[in-house]
Order: sequence, then C-alpha cells, then structure tokens
Amino acid sequence: MTVKKLGLRQRYEHMTRGLDWETTYQKMDDVFPYDSFEGIKIKDWSAWEDPFRLTMDTYWKFQAEKERKLYAVLDAFAQNNGQTNLSDGRYVNVVKLFLTGISPEEYQAHRGFAFTGRHLRGAGARVAAQMQSLDELRHLQTQVHTISHYNKFFDGISEFPHMHDRVWYLSVPKSFFDDARSAGPFEFMIAIGFAFEYLLTNLLFVPFMSGAAYNGDMSTVTFGFSAQSDESRHMTLGIEVIKFLLEQHPDNLPIVQKWVDKWFWRGHRLLGLVAMMMDYMLPKKVMSWKEAWDIYFVEAGGSLFQDLERYGLKMPKYADIATEEAEHISHQNWAVFYQYTHAAAFHTWMPDKEHLDWLSAKYPNTFDKYYRPRWELWAEMEKEGKRFYNMALPQLCQTCQIPMAYTEPGNPAAICFRATQFQGETYHFCSDGCKDIFDGEPEKYVQAWMPVQQIFQGNCGGATVPDVLAWYNMNAGADNMDYTGSPDEKIWKEWHPDADVARKAV
Amino acid sequence: MAQVASITLLQNDDARPIIEAILADNPGVRVLNMHGAVKLDCDHSITIRRASVEERLGRAWEPQEIQLVLVSMAGNLDEDDDHFTLSWRH
Repeated sequence: MTVKKLGLRQRYEHMTRGLDWETTYQKMDDVFPYDSFEGIKIKDWSAWEDPFRLTMDTYWKFQAEKERKLYAVLDAFAQNNGQTNLSDGRYVNVVKLFLTGISPEEYQAHRGFAFTGRHLRGAGARVAAQMQSLDELRHLQTQVHTISHYNKFFDGISEFPHMHDRVWYLSVPKSFFDDARSAGPFEFMIAIGFAFEYLLTNLLFVPFMSGAAYNGDMSTVTFGFSAQSDESRHMTLGIEVIKFLLEQHPDNLPIVQKWVDKWFWRGHRLLGLVAMMMDYMLPKKVMSWKEAWDIYFVEAGGSLFQDLERYGLKMPKYADIATEEAEHISHQNWAVFYQYTHAAAFHTWMPDKEHLDWLSAKYPNTFDKYYRPRWELWAEMEKEGKRFYNMALPQLCQTCQIPMAYTEPGNPAAICFRATQFQGETYHFCSDGCKDIFDGEPEKYVQAWMPVQQIFQGNCGGATVPDVLAWYNMNAGADNMDYTGSPDEKIWKEWHPDADVARKAV
Repeated sequence: MAQVASITLLQNDDARPIIEAILADNPGVRVLNMHGAVKLDCDHSITIRRASVEERLGRAWEPQEIQLVLVSMAGNLDEDDDHFTLSWRH
C-alpha cells in the first residue's frame, strides 16, 4: 500500500497549528506582555493564514538551494575579477551606499521580526515572523559576503557598521528602523511588513537590481534577486497582516490607518536615497525614479488600496504629495550630497552632457527648469577651480533626519519649513508629513539622536570637519570627495587605460 | 483603472517554462522585459497552472518551487497543489 502524500493545505495545517498552548504556570498576559498596549483587538488568532503555506521543512530546503546558487555566482565573480567588468568605476558608489545604508537595516529587521515572532500570540503569525527574521539575517550576511569582494579594491566600505551608528546621513535609515523597533509588535508589522515591504521595497530591489545587472555587477544582482525571492513572501505577510487586523475588529481601523499614513511617509523619505542612486549613480540607466514610482507606487499601490477600500482603509495621507515629489526628490538629494561630499563615504560628481540630456528627457516638467542650470553652474565652477562645498552644518528634520532641502508642494522654488512647539522647545520639519508624525508622538521624537545637534553639543569627536570625520572612521581623501581624483578612479584607470578615449569616441 | 495582478520572475532557464506557461494560460498578459528579470502584468488576475509548467519542463513540478525564481508580485495570493494565482477578486 502506498502512503498518500499530504496536500499543501494539510501540511500547512499540521506544521503551524496546535504548536502552542494556553499557559497555566504563568498568566498568558504575562507571557505576551506587548500585544495589547497598542489598542489592537484580536478575537481569533486561528483566522491567520499564510497564503504561501510555507512550512519550516520546505523553508530550509528552498533557502539552502538559493544559497548554493548565490555562492556559486559570488565565487565565479571573484575568480573572474568581475569588478573589472563593471560599466564604470563610479558604479561602485551605489554598492557602498547599499552596504552602509541598507544592509544594517536588514539586521535591524532580523531583530525586529525575532521580537515580533516571540511576542504575537498566534502560532501562524509567529511562524511567519520567524521565517522572515531568518531571511533578514541571511540578507545581511549575503550582502556583506558579496560586497566584501569590492572592499579589496575600493574605499568607503570597510567601516560600515561603525559608520552606520555615527555618520549623519546614515542616521536616516537607522532612525527609521529604530522608530519601528521601539514601537509595539503590531505597529512593527505594519511599518516593516506592510508599508515598507509591500508598498516600497519593490522600488529598491526590482529596478535598482535590474540596474546592477545592466551595469555588469553580477554579484549584486544575484544577492538582490535572491533576497527579493524572500521579499515576495514578506510582501504577502505584510498584506496578510493588514487584512487580518482589519477583519478582526472595527476599532483597529483608525489605528492601522494612522500607522499606514506614518510609515508610508517615512518610507517615502527613506527611499529618496534610492531615487538618487537610480537617477544619478548608475552609469547605465534602466529607468528613472519617476518611472519606477509610477509602476510600483501609483499602479501597484493603486490596485492594492482599491482592494483595501472594502475595509475602509484609505490611500496613505500625502500620497499625492509624494507622487508630486517623485519629479524632484532624486535631484534635491543629489544636490545635498554634492555639497557635502567632504563628509560622505562615497564619491559624487556632476553629470556629463549625455547624462544631463537623459535627465532632461525623463523629467520634462522639472529638470531643465529647476535643476539643470544649477548643475551646469556647478560644473563650470569646478572647471574654474572653485568647486562648491557647503561648509555650514545643515538644519535637520526632526522626524526623517534629512537636511531641510526639500521644496514646498506646488512651489519647487521655495524650501519647505514646518515647525512645532513642544515643552518650550521648537522642532523643525521638512514637510507636513514629517510634522504630523512628530505631533502624533512628540515624546518619542524629542529623544531622537540628531547628528548635527550632536556635533554642536561636542559629542562627535570635536568641532572641526576633520575631527568629526575621524570620529566617523572616515578615511579622508579616499572615502570622501569627488570621484575625479579619487583612489577609486586611479585603480579603475589602471584596469582600463583607454577608458577615457573610449568614452570620448562614443 | 483596472487593478493589475502582476508577477516578476528571474530572466533565466529555470524560470523560462514558467514564463511560457503564463503567456499561454493568461490571455492579454503584458510583458515588461528588464535586465535580469521579467514582469508579467494582467488585469484582475494572473495564474500559473502546475500542469502547464510540467508539460514544458518535462518533469514533476510543485508550485512552491516558484520561490526559487520569484522576484516580486502584486495581488492576493491563492496557492495550492495545482496552481499559483494572484488576483484582486474575492
């Protein structure tokens, strides 16, 4: 007699149900102390369903297979000196920003899902959070392994964990995850699982990784898509969380809506870094940030929120402003980093004519009018030996921690300033979105570690730029400043002695 | 605006039979070729049938294996032993 194999549904039932029990030595509320203070009401945890129906045994099997494939590619890349086959030496700067700004957040996500997996009462949700926690750890490890090869040849990479905790612009992603991880488990699930994974990570991992492929970075595209295969599961978890919370109790709706509004806006601000990577830092372009935003937020997000309308959930507040900003944000961010290149652990440059023409074509409403003239002026100043550096420390937004460089909705010629008073102090914001977030939980955001304020308070190694860079472990003259004249450019030219000639011939 | 169900797969030999099965089974599917990946969009719903993939692959195939070549997706997932469907229907 042959034993009949269990179907997918049955296997999932057996591996995720009946694994937990009602505790008797301790009260359940003492065992799960964090799942009620946020005000979320759950009537029936068994209504939780993972549509992938992935169980731990299958999880290990698939993850092992993904790792084998990835590490075969990394070996091949290293053995064949893949770093010499990139489109251009400038490309490596996206890898630096990725490792310093994004990989440490994979680790934060790992910690966050481990915590959530411990503190939710439902076994199905705990299993899903456990898998995601392991995924996120795998993402950090594979990214570090991949990028360690670049560290043998290029600057700005080796001090990434140290820099993550100290460098001014890295406080943007760090504070985003600190905010999520210091929230309750349900807010964390909406923040990272739904708003970040479902609405926004496509923008990071799909067009950007496709860009890595186009620029000859076989290793990054492989870890990127390997991670993204996990992300699809995370996205499904994110959408499952939101549906589950909204189906459980009508009182959950206003709480969830507030989180969706908050985390959409925070994610939009964070991804401005990716916008800049796509529009300015990929030598060979795949699509503009605006095009990616239209596909992955306007179209995909639109379909999703049409679906969630039946629960009464609305499009995130300020989604229209974010879409308007998609025509500006990459340019405004690049302008910030160009001005502060002396304090950044990657290189900057002014776009050449071909690149300027591409930006003009991709941003017909904004680029020629607001940005191209500034870039041309700065390029001219460089030629005259007067390269522009901004030596004043910028005012930061108290919520997103980005320098106050963004413009008014409807008026890209004026910088947007907002302020709020709290307990006798004035706090400053880059936008209504960031101000609303602060006003919702001022006690939380007044505690933020603000890089500029910390420098002024004397907590960052000293009062001068060299003092602060030393405290960042930034190797001045190699890690920072323009690509032109950098050791990165020197090694690239040694590998490609005819690169400049070829560039001009094209 | 029609709600778009979407799946993005790796652009490689492991994914090719799945891509072909999707093209055969989903009339009106739109294809966006990217470097390294392919995005397949269809109004309302997009489905992968186990039988169609097995026919092209020439071996037994479980829908869960799609995880090895999956990049992204949009829609509510319904996965079982014989299909993997993304849709905005309820």
